[in-house]
Order: sequence, then structure tokens, then C-alpha cells
Amino acid sequence: MTSASALEVERLRVELEGEGIDIVDEVSFHVDAGEVLGLVGESGSGKTTVGLAVLGHTRRGARVTSGDVRIEGRSILALDRLERQGLRGKLVSYVPQDPAAALNPALRIGKQLDETLSEHGFGASGEERRARITEALGEVLLPSDDAFLRRYPHQLSGGQQQRVALAMAFANRPRVIVLDEPTTGLDVTTQAHVLVTVQELCRAHGVAALYVSHDLAVVATLCLQVAVMYAGRIVEIGPTSLLFRGSAHPYARRLVEAIPELSGAHALVGIPGSAPRPGNRPQGCFFAPRCSYAVERCRVEFPPVARVSQDHEVRCWEHDHVLADALAARTAAVPLPEIKAHDALVAIRGLDASHGARQVLFGVDVVVRPQECVALVGESGSGKTTLARCIAGLHTNYEGEITFRGRPLRAGARRRDRETRREIQYVFQSPYTSLNPRKTIGQIIGQPISLFYDMGGREMRARAVEVLETVQLGGSVLERYPHHLSGGERQRVAIARALVANPQLLICDEVTSALDVSVQAAIVDLLAELQRELGLGLLFVTHNLALIRTIAQEVVVMSDGRIVERGASDAVLFAPQAEYTMRLLSDTPSLEAALAASG
Amino acid sequence: MTDQALALESAPARRHRPWLLLLAATWHQTRAKIGLALVALVVGIALVGPFFAPYGPDESVQVDGVFALPFEPPSDAARFGTDELGRDVWSRFLWGGRSVLALSVLSTALGAILGIAFGLAAAYSRGLLDEIFMRTQDVVLAFPQLVFALVLVATVGPETWLLVVAVGITTMPRIARVTRGAAVEVVERDFVRAAESIGVPQRKILFGEILPNIMSPLVVEVTLRLTFNIAVIASLSFLGFGLQPPAADWGLMINENRQGLVAGQPSGVVLPVVAIGLLTIGTSLVGDGFLRAAIGIERGGRRE
Amino acid sequence: MPGLLVEGPGPPLLAEGPGPPLVDLRPRRGRILKGIPGFIVRRVLLGVLTLFVCSLVIFAATQALPGDTARSILGRGAQPEALAELRKQLGLDQSVFQQYLDWITGVLTGDLGTSLAAGLPVSEVIGERIGYSAFLMLLAASISIPLAVFIGAVSARRRDGPFDHTVSVVSLTLAALPEFVVGIGLVILLSTTVFHVFPAVTVIEPGTPPWSHPEELVLPTLVLVIAVTPYVTRIMRASMVEILESDYVEMARLKGLSERLVLWRHAVPNGVAPTFQVIAINLAYLAGGIVVVEAIFNYPGIGLGFVDAVRSRDMPVVQALALLIAALYVILNLLADLATILVSPRLRTSLK
Repeated sequence: MTSASALEVERLRVELEGEGIDIVDEVSFHVDAGEVLGLVGESGSGKTTVGLAVLGHTRRGARVTSGDVRIEGRSILALDRLERQGLRGKLVSYVPQDPAAALNPALRIGKQLDETLSEHGFGASGEERRARITEALGEVLLPSDDAFLRRYPHQLSGGQQQRVALAMAFANRPRVIVLDEPTTGLDVTTQAHVLVTVQELCRAHGVAALYVSHDLAVVATLCLQVAVMYAGRIVEIGPTSLLFRGSAHPYARRLVEAIPELSGAHALVGIPGSAPRPGNRPQGCFFAPRCSYAVERCRVEFPPVARVSQDHEVRCWEHDHVLADALAARTAAVPLPEIKAHDALVAIRGLDASHGARQVLFGVDVVVRPQECVALVGESGSGKTTLARCIAGLHTNYEGEITFRGRPLRAGARRRDRETRREIQYVFQSPYTSLNPRKTIGQIIGQPISLFYDMGGREMRARAVEVLETVQLGGSVLERYPHHLSGGERQRVAIARALVANPQLLICDEVTSALDVSVQAAIVDLLAELQRELGLGLLFVTHNLALIRTIAQEVVVMSDGRIVERGASDAVLFAPQAEYTMRLLSDTPSLEAALAASG
Repeated sequence: MTDQALALESAPARRHRPWLLLLAATWHQTRAKIGLALVALVVGIALVGPFFAPYGPDESVQVDGVFALPFEPPSDAARFGTDELGRDVWSRFLWGGRSVLALSVLSTALGAILGIAFGLAAAYSRGLLDEIFMRTQDVVLAFPQLVFALVLVATVGPETWLLVVAVGITTMPRIARVTRGAAVEVVERDFVRAAESIGVPQRKILFGEILPNIMSPLVVEVTLRLTFNIAVIASLSFLGFGLQPPAADWGLMINENRQGLVAGQPSGVVLPVVAIGLLTIGTSLVGDGFLRAAIGIERGGRRE
Repeated sequence: MPGLLVEGPGPPLLAEGPGPPLVDLRPRRGRILKGIPGFIVRRVLLGVLTLFVCSLVIFAATQALPGDTARSILGRGAQPEALAELRKQLGLDQSVFQQYLDWITGVLTGDLGTSLAAGLPVSEVIGERIGYSAFLMLLAASISIPLAVFIGAVSARRRDGPFDHTVSVVSLTLAALPEFVVGIGLVILLSTTVFHVFPAVTVIEPGTPPWSHPEELVLPTLVLVIAVTPYVTRIMRASMVEILESDYVEMARLKGLSERLVLWRHAVPNGVAPTFQVIAINLAYLAGGIVVVEAIFNYPGIGLGFVDAVRSRDMPVVQALALLIAALYVILNLLADLATILVSPRLRTSLK
């Protein structure tokens, strides 16, 4: 079978064991040698399940029930356990999402690399294996001296750990490699380096790679072919440039529109609702309930694969209509209002803050004016969250001055008066931890009301419903507990809890980083609108440069506890002055840039 | 802005309060049902038994005006025979469960109330209190509960209140430890920060925000401690340091009637041993039911 | 779809789980002693400090409680002269501080005082008993720990299978039973009522080694084994279940390693560390269990000695034995900490 692709997956179905409920089904694709196929999807779409099934592996509680996975023509699912074991790590290998957890904490790096080789019978001697380890580590730009090999995983940085995992995956010169979100959790600069390494290695060794990711920009940068998954199905597959410019599936299209761009030229549009979970999927097309193109047939029958062009397939009854709209202009972004006020709402001067004995902020000055949104940008560890927490009174170990409407703020929320606590509200990063799981939404929203206002039960309830409606939720959530809601809904509740106090300053700390892109777009859009309508001062803390132009007039860029650049959003994004900002901008994967580069 | 609310896509709300959910999930397990049945049986005997006892707790069996001998085999007058002093084994068994139950429940409650309050405060304050707490762990754990209780008994003598205090005091740090362990993780979550940032009083944060989130491990731990405390209380009685003769008490009965094993009249030992054994197995099965239910809910929660 | 099928770390639901380490193992600034030797020195010092506080607790419990110890020992009708004599003998005529000082200096110099009941030095009274008890405990530990580690590991490998379920129910039931229930149950079953296989009491002559009548050791050992094995089994199982679900075990499988290597090189070394502390606590707990077991079987160890001393209110013996039991706990914990450090590279290197 010389004509066979290096990796072929055919009508793969993985079920929850014993329940007959499919996690993924009807998944088919192929990857040729030297090619990288991007498999994109939001959380819960089943992309990791597919990635693991390529190695003939399923997580506990799941099993492959039909379909086939062939590597160089050999069906990996038909093999017995021992044969499959012999192929894994040799013919087909895996790069994990979180190398810090996937490298054994009790074994030295050298040992973990060596066993990958020795178990598959590579080399006649330790020296031969050692030579290959040196080679493999060299390819990922890591040293291979004894001191390095004798290290344990926790003695390496996150980027180094991921490079070790890459070296391990490429060590046996496999034909197929599955990369499962290998750059999640790395900062953008490290991510950029790892991506280049992956690309070079696949090309150099003619490896067929499946790159699983939720990040469309990364996939667009790395892959020529891309498959989009939604609720356990591949809904569209085709060349990256084609698919991201004019996709034939409404979901893929909406997903692209939800991605924030550095230019901020287009409005961010989220997808209403959320993806159905296994066992909860509707009849007909799974996307139909959220789809603006949906017709009667979409709600009855699951669409078959339709070929749009060579290499471009889609599962959508209405793909002709979708494609006809292909060149229709996207909604242009609403220009942000200009700020006329000059007096500061909150002003920070010469702030030094520490965690224990370690100083994390050094002489920081930031001003937020009324009705203005200031974006505070930086990578993890830059001190941006600490700064936000100092203002909110959650971090007290600091020196310097913070004034709010001209009056100095005391360190620590407990030492401030009630009015000040009411006027400064904070929305936390993860709605999964910021809402008490043992309280109903009504109790959660009711807490600030009863603290700040003297209201009776009925009045309080009316107020809660009112504020829930401003975040586009209804009074029907009042009796529910947080775990009944999706991540996006939870974050809306968290925003409602802040708004119910009628604040002057809203601090949003990475409020979208725990959410999928389509939900992120909706939340940012909501925040931008609320800020305009309610005239809030907004401090928007983020690591995502691409979100800035959608929401913020001013940007403050932080690195290692210091402010490296500040200015109007346009100026900073298009004409950065600081070297750090330039590097950050060039390392941030961008869908626009990737598509521009692909011509 | 669209003022119209988005349709909620999530599952319809089950309006159960979380602790009801825990009870329901516990009840769904066969083991927990068996455990509860065992506990109900033994508690039933202990509470209702005295009303059905043919003799008083310290009354000697008389047949036609003649006192029965020690260790007489079962007869019409004494269904399970007589004990070392010729009293009715069955009656003393029916009378003898109350003390074990009352003492172990009281001491566990004492330990639980103090332990939960202390553990919560330690986890939340993270200051000197927590430091002292961590440092005294070793000291407290260094004494097995029984040994500590015996040291007190040696000084004060076998008093009933002392048993409750000794067992309660030794239960306290063990529950505090679990409370603190579960709470330190909850304390770090953002909803606690959220409550702090708007100035919710500390007491409300401890008991309104944090405590409801650690109820599952606490229920499991308190049930486990109850099981252990039944064992400690019964062991103290068995060693002769609990209730004193002529009181009817299961642990004491076993001690008194051991000669009956050799004399061919084992029921004075067998009945209380079986009752204590079934009781501890029962509480332990119920505790395991809570544990499994809590893990199940935890996992179910993660699905969403 | 991570999150759907994988258990994340939740609140510690397993009550007897390893819990947070009792000692803060993180390196701190400005420590004079570095590395593993420094750690051992610090840990030993901490152990000594713990024992010092334990001695205060014991002393407080036995001396400073309300009431007249001498009167409560001799009874209400005691002669004033006898009371005075006893007070003097107990040092009760001195200040509490002085009494403690006398006692603790005595302990440190090997003078544990004089037994009130036997009129002999305490060290003489308990010296021989320690050997008997140590033998019984070592015997029980050397049976139950390997047994528990093995059953726990197999149970985790065959998770949710019939073997695992059986182990779960049996260990739960046995762990619930008080030692005296198990002990009396075994006596009824094997000695007096049903079968007559093993003797119900031990009759070891003072001066003869504990193994002089092997058949007399069977039941006491069995009770202790039944008391300890279920806990260690459960913690070993829980630890292994968690490890077998970890990313690095999955990664080892995805690297194509054999199941043998996955289990013994990747899983077990990480799985045993959390059990050390539990094993230590359980061995120390044996010291509590041994009180009951020795009382049931009349085995002449420190447990029986302790019960006798409590009964006769022989305070010097009670104090000495309580301190001995506390010391056992401290030493076992120290060993467990060391063992944990030795198998956990992360902890080991953080000490350097």
C-alpha cells in the first residue's frame, strides 16, 4: 500500500463505556508524510479523544467501538495489546498537553529518554542510545550533558519540559506524531519557539503530524490543512487558507469571527449558547440550535459529508448558502468613545508590592479616568494581577499611594468604608472558582445587595432579576446553583454580582482566559457595551494583546513587575516603542498574519 | 444591547439543596442502606430495649423464690441464661446499650464542634493560630486516644464525665486537622476573595462561604470518628474504666462474663460483642456511603 | 476531553488519607543547616521538642488536675500520716514546677522513679515488658504491612473488579471493629466455644523469651494484623488508583512501555511515598491497640503493664509508659519523613 497516507482515520467512533453514548463519531481524515493537520475545536469537542485514539488509546471509561486508524496502512485498532505497545512511541508518538504532569516526577530526564529507546530495541548499546539522545535533544535546542540528563522534570522550566517531551516523541523517528495542545500554558515567546521547532522537525523527518488545539491562530500559523470539530464530529476539513477565509460551515465561520484580532478592525461576535455535551446532543445537526442558517431539515437529519472542492469537505445542509455569503463584509468594530475627563478615577503612584519577601511590583504608576477602559497587559508573572488586587484591597503587602476619586485608599478591603467597597468591584479570572458552588445564583447576587442596600426580599429579588437581565440572563437562573450553568453563563453571573453594587470602577482580571473563544467574544462584547452604557471606569487585565483594541482606549504593558510601555491602544499596538512590546507582538500568533503570509 | 435574556442552554435546575443531594446519593447505595439498617437495629435495641426487659438492670433472676446461680444456661426464666452474679443476661443486654451510645455520641459531638471551629479558624487566619495548630499536631497525635484517656482515668478515676471529656478532647484535633485540610483549599478560591472584597464579615465567610463547601469531607470524618469513639468508649468499659458495676453496660458485661466463655455460657459475652460489632460496622458503612456519594457528586459536578 | 473522564484533585475526602505533611518541607531562607543532614538534624530537634511538649501534657494530665492525688489513691478513709508520707514520696509537697523538673531530669538521666505498686524502679518494672511488646508489634507489622501493600496494589490494578469490591467490603468491616471485639470474637471462635485450637490466654513465665510458646502468640498477633492491615490496604489502594490515573502513567503507556515497567518503574515508586506516613501512624496506633490486646490475652507486655498501672494508680509507671508510647510515634514519624524524602526527588532536591 504505497499510496496510503501515513495516517488514515476512518469513521472513528468512541463511546462512553457501557452507556452507548458517543463522545466522537464519524471522524475521518488522513495526513500525509511531512504534513501537519490541525484539529481544532472548543473544549468538549472531542479533539483529544481523537488524538489519543490515533495511538489506539482511550481514557478510562471510554472505548473505541467502530472505525479504523491506519498508520502506513497498518490498522492499529486491530492489533493486540502487545503489538500496539510495540508501535506506540516508535511508529506513532505523542506530545502531551501538560509536560509538567506527563513527565514522571521520580525519574531523571535521561532515564525517561533512554527507556523510550531501549524499550523499542533501539541501538545495541547504551552508547548508541546516548548518541541518539544527544541528537534528539540537540534538535529541540537542549543541552545533553550528563548534568542535564541527571535532572528531574521539576528542575526544568515549562518550555524545557515541553522540549524534552518533543525530543522523546521524535527520538524513535516515528512516522506519525500526535501533538495535544503542546503550547498551552507556555508564554507566547516560548510558544513561538516550540512551534518553529515542531514545524522543522516534522519537515526534516517527513513525519505526519496531528496538531490538536483550541487556538485557531496557532493552527493557522503551523498547519496547511485543518479540521474543525464540533460536538464530537468533524464539521469541516480543508486547506487552512481556504477554510479560515471563507468556510462553508456556519460554526467554523462564527468561530473565526469570534477570534480577536490585533487590528481590532472587526467587531467581536460570540456564538450564543454552548456546545451540547455527549448524551445531550440534539436530533439533526448538532449546531442547528445555535445556527442562523438552520432550516427545518437541519433539525431532523444529521448532514452528510459534502465536497466543496478538492480537499475541502463540509457537513452542512446549507453550505451553499453559507458559501454565497462568503465575501459579505464582517461587522465593523464600533469605535470607542473618546475620554474627555482629565481627573483620575483611580490613580496609582510609585507602587511597590511584594509576595512575602519577594518583590513583584516596582514603582508602578497607573491612572484610570472615569468612563475609560485601561488594558493592563503582560505575561504570567508580570505582576498585573497583583496590581489589580492591590486596588481591590485583596493584596495588602504594598507601599506607595493609591487614590480613588482624589482620596487615598487604605490597604485591604476590610479597612475601607462601605461606600468605597461598593464603588470598586472586581471580576475574577475563573467563574469556576469565583462563585460559591453551595449557593444559588439568587444568594450570590443577593449578598452584595444586602450588604450595600437596605432592601426587602421582594425588592431585592427584582433588583437581582434586573441586573441579571443586563448581562443577558433572566430571573430563571435565580434558583439554580453555579454547576447548572455553562462557563460563559457563570461569568455573566460574576459580572452581574459586580454590577449590582453600582460600581464606579470595575476591575476585570483575565475574565475570559478560562473560557472558549466563542464565549470570550460574547463576554468582551458585553463588557464593552456595559462600560459604554453605564459609564464605568474599567481596568481590563489580560495577557491577550488581541483583545485590547476591542475594548480599551489606553494600554499599559507590564513585564517583570515594571511598566515597560503605556499609551493609546492604537499607538502601542501599531507603533510600539519598547523592545518588549515589539517582541510580544511579533510572537503572538495571529490569524490575520498567518493568512496574509499564506497569500 | 438586547434586553431580552438569552435562552438558558443548560440542564433544567434540580432545586435540591446540596446536602439533600448528598443524603440522596448516599441512600442510593446498598452498603449505606445495610449500614443504616444495622445502626437502626442496634440503636433501637439500646433505646427501646429497656421497656421490654423482663428484669431490671441489676435484678437477680429468681425461680420460685430461689436465686439463680451464676452462668446458668438459657431457661424459661432467663432466655439467654444468667451472668456471673445470676442476673438475666437478656435484660442486662437490653439495658446496657444506652451508655455506650450516649457517651460516644456526646464525645464525638463535643470533639466535632470544637474541632470544626478550630480547624476553620486555623485555615482562614493562616497566621499564628495556624502555626500553633500545625506545631501541636504531632503532640496530639502522639497519644493514641485510648492511652490519653487512660492517663486521665489514672489521675481522676473512672468517672463518666471524664470519658466524654477525654474522648472528646482527643477527637477535637483529629477533626480539626481534616477541617483545616479541606478548608485551606477552599479558602484559596476566588469566591472567598469576592466576599472579602465587598466586606462580608469574617464569621459569615467562615460559616456561610467556607463551611458549606467542606461539609462532605466533614460528614465523612465525623462518622468515622463516631465509629472510632464507640470503639474507644467500649474498650474503656471493657477494661473496667468506664461505667462501674453494678451498672448494665455492654463493654462492662463482656469483661464481667468472660469466665462464662470457659463455663459454657457464652451469651453474656456474645450478645454485647455482636451488638458493638454490628454498630461499628453499621456506622462505618454509612460513613463509606457518605464518602462514595461525595466523590460521586464531585465527579458529576466536574462533568459540567 | 480532559475533565470528563479524569478525576482532578478534590478536597481530601479520604479521612485516613496522607493529608498535608506534618512538617513543612519547603526550604527557607537563612537556614544554617542545609541538605539532607541538615534536614535530619532539624527533624530530630523538632521531634525532641514534640516530646518535650508531650511530657508537659502527660505531666499536666497526671499532676495538675484538680483534686488530691494522694487522697484519691489511698481513698477517703486514709490516715493523715499515710497521706503525708505518700505526698512526700510523690513529691507533692514541692511546687508543681519543681515536681516537673525532678521528673524530667529523672527521665533524661534514666531514672524513671519508683513504682508505687511494686516498690521497684520503674525501669525495672517495664524493662522486660518492652521486649515482649516490641516482639509482638514487630511480628504483627512484618505480616500486615507487606500483606497490605500487596493487596492494596493488586486491588488498585483491578479497580472495580470483584477482587477490589471484596477487599473494599472486608477491609471496611474489619477496620470498623474495635480490637476487643475482634479479640473476643477470635477467642469464642478458636479457643473456648466453637473450636479449641489456640489458648485463650498467654502464660509466659517472666524471663523466658516471648517465642517460647508460639501457639500463644497466634491470636494476639492475628488481632493486631486485623487491626492494622485494612487501613494500610485502603491507603495503598487509594494512592495507587490516583497514580495509575496520572498523566505520566498515561504518557508511559503512550510511549509503548510494557505494563510491567509502567507499574513498577512509573507507578509504584510514586505510589508508596504517601503510604509511609500512614504506615507510621498505624504502627504507632498499634501501641494503642496493644493495650487492649494484651489485656485480653493477659500478654505480659507494656500494654498490660499500663492497664495494671492505671488500675492501681501507679503514676510513675503510667507517666513513663505514656511517654514511651509518644516517643514511639515521634520516632516512627521521623523514619516515615526520611523514607518519603528518599523516594521523592522533588523533596530531595528542594533540600539542597
